[in-house]
Amino acid sequence: MTSLSTKLAGLATLLLFAAPEAFAQAAGAVAPEFRWLTFVVFGAIIAMTMYVTYLAARRVSNASQFYAAGRSVTGVQNGWAIAGDYLSAASFLGIAGLISLYGYDGFMYSVGWLVAYITVLLLIAEPCRNIGKYTLGDILAFRNDPKKTKTVAAISTITVSIFYLTAQMVGGGVLVKTLIGIDYEVSVIAVGVLMLAYVVFGGMVATTWVQIIKAVLLVTASLLLVFFTWMPYGFSLPGFLEAAISDPKIQAQVAKLIGDPATNMSLTELGQRFLEPGLYLKNPIDQISLGLALVLGTAGMPHILMRFFTVPTAKDARVSVIWAMAIIGGFYVLTLFLGLGAAMNVGAAKISAIDAGGNMAAPLLAQYIGGGAESMLGNLFLAFVAAVAFATIVAVVAGLVLASASAMSHDIWVGVVKGESATPEQEVRAARISSVIVGIVAIGIGIAAKGQNVAHLVALAFAVAASSNLPAVLLTLYWKKCNTKGVVLGMTLGAGTAIGLVLVSPNMTYPNAVRAANEPIVAAAPAKIEGLQAQLALADAAKQTELTAAIAKAEADAKAAQAKIDAVAGQTTSMVGLSAPLFTLKNPGIISIPLGFLGVILGSLLLRERRSEEMWDELYVRQHTALHAEGATAH
Amino acid sequence: MALSATLPKPATASAAPPAAKPSPVPRAATPDWSAIARDPRFVDLATRKNRFLFGLMAISIVYYFLLPIGAAYFPELFKIKVWGPLNFGLVFAFSEFLVAWGIAFIYTRRANDEFDRLSAEIRNDVMERLS
Repeated sequence: MTSLSTKLAGLATLLLFAAPEAFAQAAGAVAPEFRWLTFVVFGAIIAMTMYVTYLAARRVSNASQFYAAGRSVTGVQNGWAIAGDYLSAASFLGIAGLISLYGYDGFMYSVGWLVAYITVLLLIAEPCRNIGKYTLGDILAFRNDPKKTKTVAAISTITVSIFYLTAQMVGGGVLVKTLIGIDYEVSVIAVGVLMLAYVVFGGMVATTWVQIIKAVLLVTASLLLVFFTWMPYGFSLPGFLEAAISDPKIQAQVAKLIGDPATNMSLTELGQRFLEPGLYLKNPIDQISLGLALVLGTAGMPHILMRFFTVPTAKDARVSVIWAMAIIGGFYVLTLFLGLGAAMNVGAAKISAIDAGGNMAAPLLAQYIGGGAESMLGNLFLAFVAAVAFATIVAVVAGLVLASASAMSHDIWVGVVKGESATPEQEVRAARISSVIVGIVAIGIGIAAKGQNVAHLVALAFAVAASSNLPAVLLTLYWKKCNTKGVVLGMTLGAGTAIGLVLVSPNMTYPNAVRAANEPIVAAAPAKIEGLQAQLALADAAKQTELTAAIAKAEADAKAAQAKIDAVAGQTTSMVGLSAPLFTLKNPGIISIPLGFLGVILGSLLLRERRSEEMWDELYVRQHTALHAEGATAH
Repeated sequence: MALSATLPKPATASAAPPAAKPSPVPRAATPDWSAIARDPRFVDLATRKNRFLFGLMAISIVYYFLLPIGAAYFPELFKIKVWGPLNFGLVFAFSEFLVAWGIAFIYTRRANDEFDRLSAEIRNDVMERLS
């Protein structure tokens, strides 16, 4: 075992250090001559996490250790691990990016991600700790038919995790390529192999520590960045905001976003507009739909639920949510400063030139704070943030793979196939084999989905969790009449509706719409470039750099638009054969979540079941009193 | 009313219908769950806890959705400046964080002071009866 883990560690290191040709492509945010810095920083992180895995591997010998770290994680540790599990690259880089490009709306977007933990704290964490064992399936099987509910729960767990996982793998691959310039495939395989090493050898023990280490790094990096961003304004909030609204780059970005009305506004008004809603989020119903999915979906995320089985008591579960809320909420407040700081110091134009979604805002801010693209310190800061981003992806993916693997081995193989009769050794082996299978599938999907738009998959994962897992768990815990048929019907209906609606929503690619949006850009480009070149000939030196940049941007835009048109060449309909969306919202939650609840209620009322109702007293008493709760195991 | 009064002796516990007994984790001694569920102290704890939890949950959801609804339908309100460039919208967004933390704090205090104590009393009584 240990020799194998050493081999795996070696392989992972090899992937990162000993294959220079794989890193030959230079188009990253980190300049090629400073790339070694990123590798040194990331190498240090890998060394640290591999050492933890090595220590963990010696402890992980039974199912309780593998799935739940022997229930010996403290509340504070678990709080940090939840934050590490939850703050994916999408929130770390994505929200800072949204704020840097759209101001207020980006900050507003972050709120739902924190409020989600109220649901977890009040309704889910402690009861699940009291009656649960290792998986979502265990909670549902408590009073319902174990085989049927474990099967549905496992399918749902794997579906939700694969959606989230795909978004992480593809997003992560693109991100690492943009940051460091490593080939997409290499970074997907590196993430996959590293994550597998943690999960297979160290199980939940190593996964927990990887998430804690990553959360600490992430918070440290953000605090440092905010400290240096805010310092010039004497840590005054109005002073900082005053500087933001008087910044010409922010004013230019607002003018670009609102178009014609900008001509009647003063520069200060333009700047102030950045701090007002409506620049990014245009459809309130869609936003409420997403908000519902976040607030209810987080509590149904299998990898989040699983974290509550790692602490010894319900009280520790409570402590862990409190810590997680403090860290996650504090982090989102910091992103406001990161986003505005990047908008002022780097500028939306430069940020979106490297990545249209704004993901490079925080890394570029780090580079600026350290002294800019030419300086050693600037590149060290950038390297550090890039390495933290990589560690983030690995930690989040590890949690997801562990959750899916547990559903496969504990719910399906042990629960359904073996009828709960596996020995501890068999169960741990099954869990390891499942992890390898899920890991290989994740790498495969990551490579196959290269170039696909996967941003909506995160929202879909939350929508499915909120429409399927949450109604089933909540009603199992709090409603006496809930039963197997209700759970099966509700979960199928909720998940089916969420997935079905997304397939016919504007999230899919509609070739006709792509052509309609991009053909004018391609057509207008030559005239635009010509006009700019004419100006360039007459411009003075100061204006020349700006115009050259504008020409390069126009050329890049035209090329990008052409690439989008080429990608849908010869197609007229979306993946499911539609030429236009049938459902106008991007987020299905507002319809699928009520349907999930309705399914559980109707199924339970129409097809009554004796056992589910007879077990109610036991479940209800145990959930409130922690009698017979799974205890911590010795190790 | 003492819990012990409503709890049958372990020896007579088998009088309950067998279907109510199986637990996913078989133990040497199994409490009579339905007797505990009917015990006034347990009923009191569960009712108080549920009322408090779902009340807080409702407040938190309503307060959260005021943000996107306000931003979409009352933008003029969100633009009112309260402290330099700091406007009502930003203050309201910050308040979402404070309210979330506040709810967590209120819940934790009551759970630590009250719910934990009540559930520990019931648990100790049951364990005493069984041993």
